[in-house]
Amino acid sequence: MTDSKTIAPPSNSFKMLRAMAGIGIICGILIVFTYEGTLPRIEFLRAEALKEAIFKVLPGITEMQPYAYKNNAFVPAEETDTDVVYAGYDSEGNFKGIAIVASGQGYADQIKIIYGYDPENQTVVGFYVLESKETPGLGDKIEKDPTFLENFTALDVDLNDDQSTLQNRVVTVKKGTKTNAWEVDGISGATISSRAIGEIINASASEWAPLIYKNKTAFNSLENEQ
Amino acid sequence: MNNEITKATAPNTTDEFIKGLWKENPVFVQVLGMCPVLAVSNTAVNALAMGLATAFVLIMSNSLVSMLRNFIPKEVRIASYILIIATFVTMIDYAIQAISVDLHKNLGAFISLIVVNCLILSRAEAFASKNTLTKSIMDALGMGLGFTLGLVSLGMVREILGSGSIFGIAILPDTFQEWVIMILPAGGFFTLAAWLLVFNLYKQKRNAL
Repeated sequence: MTDSKTIAPPSNSFKMLRAMAGIGIICGILIVFTYEGTLPRIEFLRAEALKEAIFKVLPGITEMQPYAYKNNAFVPAEETDTDVVYAGYDSEGNFKGIAIVASGQGYADQIKIIYGYDPENQTVVGFYVLESKETPGLGDKIEKDPTFLENFTALDVDLNDDQSTLQNRVVTVKKGTKTNAWEVDGISGATISSRAIGEIINASASEWAPLIYKNKTAFNSLENEQ
Repeated sequence: MNNEITKATAPNTTDEFIKGLWKENPVFVQVLGMCPVLAVSNTAVNALAMGLATAFVLIMSNSLVSMLRNFIPKEVRIASYILIIATFVTMIDYAIQAISVDLHKNLGAFISLIVVNCLILSRAEAFASKNTLTKSIMDALGMGLGFTLGLVSLGMVREILGSGSIFGIAILPDTFQEWVIMILPAGGFFTLAAWLLVFNLYKQKRNAL
């Protein structure tokens, strides 16, 4: 401060205000233009990534249709719907399974996953991580560790006798100790992250599986309303 | 410190460019902006993207600061610089999302953290606010590419040792036991130390001649 006094008189507040407001306006305009300019592309990429993931978690499907759960029934989803699941069909139009998006607390942040549910055999048939901030090299093994992903090719999510919830809790066990079809073989070095996946699937499947199983005839026909 | 060097040399713009790449390399000589250097250099692709994103922000903010240098009163200069830098960081954040979801996923919070990268603020304060537009752009280009060079040098070493691949292409046989520590933060410190050692040995040797 002393420097500025000896060299030049301090700028008056109008100049300061003008500079800050001016820069603020320029910056605001730049951000708005970038946001508007990139938004369609970002939304397109997100939808693409989700679509790709749906085909990844439901092996053998060629067609998919979003359904929303409204008033105790599954109806083809509109864009504004929130509780959406994705039904997959093979090339002959046969219903193959449902892809469900779920999320829960991981080690670092929320983990968002998608998994495929086959109501016919009552199993989870595929799994993919949509969003995670797990530790690189350790926690992020949940995304790519082949033996861990192997868990989700036939994970048992049988319903109990009155079909209100799962027969057995989906639970992550210590690596190499998986004995039952509803257990997830964990990852050493990523204990918390792999446990979180088990819990996310358990929570989501105990909510969705009974609903889907009860209403599975709703998905039988492939409607192309869009 | 930067000031003295720029005043002593720098009669023409090419020098401004070269000095950032080599003589005053932000990573190996100035050791500035270490947070992203250590955190996002776990693979070569991440390092390259991070380096280019930082370079973009550096070039844009340097030019704007240089253009507005007579308009910004010195009392509010830091606030103005941060505002300008934050704007370009937000823009590059959207741009990266629009380029690839996966890349954005990998870089995570470190894109937003470019705002507080001391390299960018130091170039705005020490260089762009005192020099013409052309010189400032050359300076930013040199520093930005120098930073990218540093990041990629670290990223390549860490990816080869930590994942047995380079730019995502496997180059080492499957029998190679990956050094997990190299992709963890500690590996970043080891690699940076090793590169600094190489650089300083080279410098010492050259000065001795």
